[in-house]
Amino acid sequence: MKKETWKELPLGCVNVHPGNSRENLTGTWRSGLKPEFIAEPCIHCMFCWLYCPHFAIIVEDGVMKAINYNYCTGCGLCAEECPTKPKSIVMVKEEVKLAEGGKK
Amino acid sequence: MKTLKPLNGNQTIAEATRQVDPDVIAAYPITPSTAIVESIAQFKADGLITGEFVCPESEHSAMSVCIGAASAGGRVMTATSSQGLALMWEMLYIAAGLRLPIVAGIANRALSAPINIHGDHSDTMGARDSGWIHLYSENCQEAYDNFIQAFRIAEHMDVRTPVFVGLDGFIISHSVEVVQVEDDAEVKKFIGEYKPVYSLLDMSRKITVGPLDFTDYYFEHKRSQIEGIENAPAVIEQVGKEFGLTFGRPYGFFEEYRMEDAETAIVVMSSAAGTGKDAVDELRQEGLKIGLLKPRVFRPFPYQKMAEALKKMKAVAVLDRASSPGAFGAPLFTEIRNALYDYAERPKVINYVYGLGGRDIKVEHFKEVGAKLEKIRKTGKVEEMCGYLNLRES
Repeated sequence: MKKETWKELPLGCVNVHPGNSRENLTGTWRSGLKPEFIAEPCIHCMFCWLYCPHFAIIVEDGVMKAINYNYCTGCGLCAEECPTKPKSIVMVKEEVKLAEGGKK
Repeated sequence: MKTLKPLNGNQTIAEATRQVDPDVIAAYPITPSTAIVESIAQFKADGLITGEFVCPESEHSAMSVCIGAASAGGRVMTATSSQGLALMWEMLYIAAGLRLPIVAGIANRALSAPINIHGDHSDTMGARDSGWIHLYSENCQEAYDNFIQAFRIAEHMDVRTPVFVGLDGFIISHSVEVVQVEDDAEVKKFIGEYKPVYSLLDMSRKITVGPLDFTDYYFEHKRSQIEGIENAPAVIEQVGKEFGLTFGRPYGFFEEYRMEDAETAIVVMSSAAGTGKDAVDELRQEGLKIGLLKPRVFRPFPYQKMAEALKKMKAVAVLDRASSPGAFGAPLFTEIRNALYDYAERPKVINYVYGLGGRDIKVEHFKEVGAKLEKIRKTGKVEEMCGYLNLRES
């Protein structure tokens, strides 16, 4: 996305596209670990949904469905707070994809 | 109807506020600006002001209310002094960053410690990098005139930047003078209607005010903020001229007093300039070719015009009513000396810090400066570049 020059910006730092933080894919911050959802032991307590700082837990009709990796930063709070035994969310290693232009 | 009224500086700010009748006034009383807030409260109680008058729990909250109200699209004013302005600090930068044309009357007062309630410029000078426009007033009439012009300057589409109007604590804020108060309707006509660019209350065009910027946008937003104050000189000049045509008292960036054939000059702002002019008259009678330059606009600093006015002098003394500990000279001095740097022919420039905490400055002190300038003019030598005036040294 082309970024505006200072002359093109709206007056007074106003954001004229409120809600555009959804375009900021915080999932790109993830490095090394990602949460993996295991449906079988899940009791749908919504602890993961409550604690996730990036609204990356996908819930449909009160049922925990999946993790939205576009926004998941891999912080591990969901896996930490998951109360089931065994855990319904575990952190697993993820191959780090370097940003475009980065060294392979 | 235009009338002559005996008013002190605080009352002139309140009177101008009544005439402008902003949508929201939010202010917390602090000496020596308390009477501004008190008079406005009285106007509100008497039904002479239609705008909202908010009494918050602190100056930080007062400026926050101003920012909220201005973001909602209102014309907004406040008033404060010293510690009150210091408590507003972080919000001052936000008001300027959001390009909100808030107007603040500041009865200039010293900052603690030690506690002191009297007049100096430490408060607004401390806020000189907050992005606000600074106007300073020599007397009650100028405080009134500056305050009215401040709305036009702040709200101009090329500027949209908040404005401080400084008046010296006690010396101006509490001294009664006969002030020409213009006709209410004429003042309203001069100010015109304020049209905000964005409003938080406009549900047809939703906005977010003050969101987070990362490294990819902060710099661009700051640059666009600077553009507002850099556009201000042309607007300040135009508004000053128009004010003159409408009310008979024109204003520029600074006032020159007996500068036409002067060889030395004293630069001094606000109330002390009045005393300085008397001293210049006496020194002139004694045969010295001396003049006085009184800056009215400190931010944006009119560096080119100031340098043009001073470049032909042999020696210039800049008097600052604020210190800048550890700096090479006080605020006004560093600006003026810097402005003169590119001129091949330029005067020797010296600096005096004077009047901190309301310490009196008299004609005799200005004459002391005049004598020092005359010595530098004759010898071309500066013995002490940065000194203090009327301070017990030994």
